[in-house]
This record gives sequence, structure tokens and C-alpha cells, in this order.
Amino acid sequence: MATSVVLAGAEPDFYHTVTKRKGILSWILTTDHKRIGILYLGTILVFFHAAVVLGFLMRLEMLKPEGALVEPQTYNTFFTLHGIIMIFLFVIPIVPAVFGNFFLPLMIGAKDVFFPRLNLFSWWLFIAGGILALTSVFLPGGAADTGWTFYVPYSIRTTTNVIPALLAAFILGFSSILTGLNFITTIHRMRAPGMTWFKMPLFVWASYATSWIQVLATPIIGITLLLVIIERLFGVGIFDPTLGGDPVLFQHMFWMYSHPAVYIIILPAMGVVSEIIPVFARRTIFGYNFIAYSSLAIAFFGSLVWAHHMFTVGMSDTGMFVFSLLTFLVSIPSAIKIFNWVATLYKGSIDLDVPLLFVLSFIVQFSIGGFTGLMLGALSVNIHVTDTYFVVGHFHYVMFGGTGFGFFAALHYWYPKMFGRMYNKGAAKIAWLLSTIGFNILYIPFLILGYAGMPRRYYHYLPQFQTLHVVATVGSWILVLGLGIMFVNLFLALRNGAKTSANPWGGETLEWTTPSPPPLENFDEIPVVTKGPYDYSKYEKAAQEVA
Amino acid sequence: MTEHAHQHGEKAHVVGYGQYILIWAGLMGLTGTTVALAGIELGRWVIITALTIASVKGFLVLNIFMHLRSEDRTFRLFVLVAGVVLLIFICLTFFDYAFR
Amino acid sequence: MTTAAIPAHHEGHVHRDDEGSRMGMWLFLFTELILFGGMFVIYAVYRFSHPAEFELGSKELDTLVGTVNTMVLLTSSLTVAMSITAIQRGNKKFSLLLVGITIALALVFLVNKYFEWSHKFSVGLYPQSPELLSRPQGEILYFGLYFVMTGLHALHVIIGAVVLAVIMRFISRDIITKDSFVKLEAGALYWHLVDIIWIFLFPLFYLVH
Repeated sequence: MATSVVLAGAEPDFYHTVTKRKGILSWILTTDHKRIGILYLGTILVFFHAAVVLGFLMRLEMLKPEGALVEPQTYNTFFTLHGIIMIFLFVIPIVPAVFGNFFLPLMIGAKDVFFPRLNLFSWWLFIAGGILALTSVFLPGGAADTGWTFYVPYSIRTTTNVIPALLAAFILGFSSILTGLNFITTIHRMRAPGMTWFKMPLFVWASYATSWIQVLATPIIGITLLLVIIERLFGVGIFDPTLGGDPVLFQHMFWMYSHPAVYIIILPAMGVVSEIIPVFARRTIFGYNFIAYSSLAIAFFGSLVWAHHMFTVGMSDTGMFVFSLLTFLVSIPSAIKIFNWVATLYKGSIDLDVPLLFVLSFIVQFSIGGFTGLMLGALSVNIHVTDTYFVVGHFHYVMFGGTGFGFFAALHYWYPKMFGRMYNKGAAKIAWLLSTIGFNILYIPFLILGYAGMPRRYYHYLPQFQTLHVVATVGSWILVLGLGIMFVNLFLALRNGAKTSANPWGGETLEWTTPSPPPLENFDEIPVVTKGPYDYSKYEKAAQEVA
Repeated sequence: MTEHAHQHGEKAHVVGYGQYILIWAGLMGLTGTTVALAGIELGRWVIITALTIASVKGFLVLNIFMHLRSEDRTFRLFVLVAGVVLLIFICLTFFDYAFR
Repeated sequence: MTTAAIPAHHEGHVHRDDEGSRMGMWLFLFTELILFGGMFVIYAVYRFSHPAEFELGSKELDTLVGTVNTMVLLTSSLTVAMSITAIQRGNKKFSLLLVGITIALALVFLVNKYFEWSHKFSVGLYPQSPELLSRPQGEILYFGLYFVMTGLHALHVIIGAVVLAVIMRFISRDIITKDSFVKLEAGALYWHLVDIIWIFLFPLFYLVH
């Protein structure tokens, strides 16, 4: 602590360091991992809000059974774009690209990532992919209407702009690969002296496991999407059934990446939860090794279960049995994490501050997502609810209720470190309450609707489903209101928030030893690590004495 | 920094031309063998022998030409992980196709 | 980084770590491996479901051209590997020559590939050709995969050759030297991977009939 006070007086923070380039160029050509993290945050939030608007419009459309707002083709475009943007431009990159970039080097006591220029290149690829995805909407031919899954043979036949959309996903995948590659090398080569593997913060462990999935699984979707492009351009027979191809093979290849991608999405958010809980419970994390290993286990088992997305396509019974069994196995490491988090909270000195509130929402919502996932993993149930709102509800509980809320938690936890100011906590708590309530009112009806047989992606629906659709739409309004308050609050705090200290939450990981915001080179002297990341023994001792 | 300790002195590792040429000759020999074997009717063994020889060739290139032999143990573990993952992708896909 | 540089370590100076750079390159190679691996999955499935047609297809490929190209690539792998030894021994000119030979061999490979493909085209074998469409579906798949996989591989040969050309420039301008040659190592690693992929493509398309 003493050193950081001296530092704060001596060195400007990374926003104010005089660099070679000025103005906007000092941002878009920066190689500083912190600036790149902020760049990602800014751009991803733009995409996120665009996709939220699309989702909001879809809910409005579903107010009436015969449709309330748009033409069917427009509705198809809405859910395709909502999916592509939310998956490839929000949930996949949000935690690794923003918080991984900003905090991973800080947490391991490094001055930057291993390949800083490659890091900038990843961001540029991300922008290129994002822009291509958005322009594909406005090019003649019309926006892609395949759904984010690009299933053949429809994606080969449709006349809409599938090629730009595929290419965008390909480029975004490449960006994701390079980020993963950079993080693995950084974690292996740049840990501060004394930071052994089992002294690393759990967010770093989660990022490490995620990075491996990014490196090893993403190329599969890359080649698969590329093959669809080649097939559209040259009529080569690969997946096209009229030329002997097997559309089911496309689905295998697609999910070979896209299921592990679920773990690219959720693992870093789990890492965030593992960081926040010990800080706000003032307790050493329970079962550090288990949480660390379970990240690797999730990454590994998560790569073996892809075909549970395909139980109704006519796979062999053996295949169905094996993939169903493996799916149940993934729940074990996920459950290990949940139990350890809850055990950490048990008998802790809990401080119900904003980040922890979001984490608690995460735990409950992720559990619902996980349990509904187990239901879907069971072959007999799966047949009934495939392609219904049950599936949509399930994965929104994981993606939004899990990763989305994990992102909100991370944003509120690390905001003071990133920007040196504290937001209005009262408004943040209202935003938390509204978004949690709104989220659940929106998606619980989805689960019920799906179980009753409401198919996903349908433009019209039977009148008996209307009540629940209206409830869900009202939920979406509450959710959007909550999100609005949250982001306005955070935005206003950039200027008006009270200046904050180096360590406002009392965290024990290395990022809290630097000033807020950190200086360009992070650490004046590379720290020497002597203890584990969540050493709250002094609090525990005090608590015992009181007892 | 813990891993940095390994590399001191190891960097000077130089593989002689002779060893490379020897390995190259071996690779050429294996290529000849696999082409010659392809001319013989081996039935279902044909793909197994071809892939075995290809794997041996790949192993030689990885170990000698790509210096995996003299790299840190971590690198060999990495290659193993990548190879196993690819193998798993293929095998699990066949849980579907082999039992259709 | 070598031991020698540690006393000369300046405050705030970026620490050089060649092993880390190579680690990054290896990780990148895995992505290339899996990229082709995805196509090997497709090949395996279609070969499994259409064994007879795949045999017929592979009989139409010219084993001689394939064998020559395999030997060309193996030799280019040798020369690029030797170029590292040359630079380590401080023999800049020989290293340049060896990388140059590697690029020349890459061009030989591509020229062979060009003639091979144009021959296929001239006998009416290309995607959507009436000749190909008249054949059984398994053969359409075989030739589809043949064109896509060897085509993407050829693209990697081109990329590799361009990378090696940049590296030659680095060597001649002393950016790559006896004491700092990790860029050459990275380029060579990429080239070897292109070779390894061919080592598997060759038997799968040319030999298993």
C-alpha cells in the first residue's frame, strides 16, 4: 500500500501519460492493454445496445398472436442479427476482451500482455468483423435470415447476404483466437516472481482455460463457415445434400465450436464471480484448487458434448447416448464452482455491495440455466422441447442471466480501478433490482411457453400463448429500464463520480496495489508475490475474536 | 518468471547440418515406402499403413525440424493437447456415423 | 533471453523472451492444424460413407506429381531448418541462400499444383462441371474435398512463401542476426506446419486406393 501512494503522486495514470501519438490516434493505435480493454468496452457496448434494441422490438412484435409490428421477413432478420451480435460481438468477447485485457496483466504483476501489437491487431479485426456484420444488413440482397446458426442447406440457398455475415463471423473468430493465444503466452511467461500457478487469481485461471478453448475450438467454426462460403461461391459439394453432402455433418462441425463457445462465454464470468465473492465476504475462497481445476475440467468436458444440440436430427442411438452422458458430466465441475462460492459466503462477513448483488443474481440465474440444461441433456425431454421457447429460455438464463450479469458485476467491481471514480451506489442498486426482476419476468414465461409447445423463431403463434407472451414483453420493459438506469449511472460517473482510492473494496489481488487508474507501466517495480490471492486471514481472525 | 530459469544456456542449442540431412533422407525414404506400399493390394490395411507412415514423418518433422525435442516440456504437452483434441473431435463424430 | 543480456537489463526496458515468442507461434500453428483438422473430420466421415467412390476418385489423381510435390516440400523443410543453423553459426549468406531455395521450392510446388489442377479442369473435372455432376455423389464429394483441401493448402504455401520472403529481407538488413533469430524460427515453424499438413494430405488423396 505504501508504495502505491508514492506512485500516485509520481506518475500520471494511463489516460494522461504523454505518448507519441495524440488524440484519437493515441487510442486506436495504442498497444497498452488497458487502453485496448477500454476500446473493447466502448465498441462492445455499442453492439450490445443495438442488439438489446432488436430484442426489445422482437418482444413488442410478440405482443399479439398475429404479430404487432413488422413483416415476417423483418422478424427473421431481427432474430438473426440479435443472435449474431449478441453471440459474436457481445457475450463471447465481453469478459475476456474487456476485463481480460485490462486486468489479466495487472493481476499477474505484468506490464502488458506478451504480444501488445498483436493485441491491437485483434481489436482491429474485431472492429472489421463487427462493421462487416452490420454492413451486411444494408447491402442489396437483404440481411441474412438464417439465424445465427447458419444451418445448411438453407444458408447455401437463401439469396440474402449470407457471405458477408459468414465472413464477419470468420474474422471475429480470428480475433478471438489471437486474444486467446496472447493470454496463454502471457500467463505462461509473464507472471511476477513468486506467482506460482496456484497463487494466480481465479479469474486468471478461468481466462487461461477460456483461452485454450478459443485457440483449439474456434478454427473449427472458421473452416466450417469458410466451407459454406466456398460452397456458395463455387458450388463445390461439401454440405449440399443435392451433391451428396450431409447437412448433419455441418451441424456437427458447427456445434463442435459453438458448444465450447458457451464455455468461452461462461468461464470468464465464473472467474469474475470467484474474484468478487471473497472480497465481499471477507473470506479466503473455499476450495481454491477445486475452482481452478474445475475451470480446466469445464473447458475439457465442454468440448465433448456438442451433439446434444442435435438430438432430433437423426443421429445414431449410440451417438445420442454418448453425448447425453457426456453432457451430464459437464454439470459436475459447474456444480463444484457453485458449491464453493456458496461455501465461501457461509459465515463470511458479507457486505451486500453492488458487485456482490449482481453476483448473487448470477448464481441463482446460472443455476436455473444449468438445471434446465440438464433437462435438455436428457434424451426423452429433449425430443419434446427441441426448438421451443424452453431452449431459448434456457440459454438466455446461461448467457444473459449468467454471463450478462457476470459482466455487470465485473463492470461495477472494477469500474473504480478502470476510471478512478465511483458511481452512485444507490442508483446502481436500483438498476440491479430492476434488471434482475425484469430478466426473470421476461424469461420464466419462456420456459413455461416452451414446455407448452411454443416453437422458437415463429412469427405467429396460437392465441392460448398470448398471456405469457405479454408477461414476457412487460418483463423486457422492466429489464430495459434497469439497463438504462445502469448505463446512464455509469456514464454520468465518468465525469461526476467521486474520486476513489487505490483499493475501495479491500481486494487482495495485485490490481488493487496500483493507483486507480493505473499508470501506463502498471507497476513501478514488478511486485514479488509471497501469498495466495485471497488472504483474508486477518479478517477471519478478527471475526473469531469477536465470536 | 519461474519458467525463465529453464532457458539459460539452452538457447545455444544448434542442430548440425548432418543431422538435418539424415532426417531428410529418412523422410524421403518413408515417402518412397508409402508410395510403394500403395501399389500393393492391402485391402483395409491400406489406410492404416499410409496414416502410420504419415504420422512417423510428422513426428520426425515436429521433433527435429521444429526442434520440439529441445524445447521446454510445456511445448510437448501443448502439442499433445492439440493432437488429442483433434483426435477426440474425429472419434466423437464417429459415435454418430459409425452406428447409423 | 540469453544469460548474457541480464546484466545489461535496463530499468523499464522490455525484456526479450524468445521462448515466449515461440510459444505464441506454436499456439498459432495449433489453430492452423485444427483448421485443416476440421476438413480431415469431413474427409473421414465422407470416406467412411462412400469408400468405393473415394477409391475411384483417388485412382484419377497422378501419384507421380503428388510424390514429386511431397519430396519438394520435404526438401524445402530441410533447407529452412538448415537456415537456422546457418544463422546461429553466423553464416548470413548461406542462411539467405537456404531461405531463398525454400521459396524457390515453394514455387516449384505451386507450378506443379497449377499443372495438376489445369489437367483436372481440362478433362472436365471441376466443381459444377457436367462431367463431375454425372458421376456418383461420393465422387463429387471426393473431388470437392480434393479441390478445397489442396487449394487451401496451396494458399498456405503462398502465405508461407511471402512470410519467408519478408524474413529474407530481415536477414539481409540484419534485423535477424546470430543473436536474434526468433523471427526466422517462427517463419520456419510455419513452413514446417505447411509441410506436415501435406504429409497427411498426400496419402489421403493420392495413395489410398
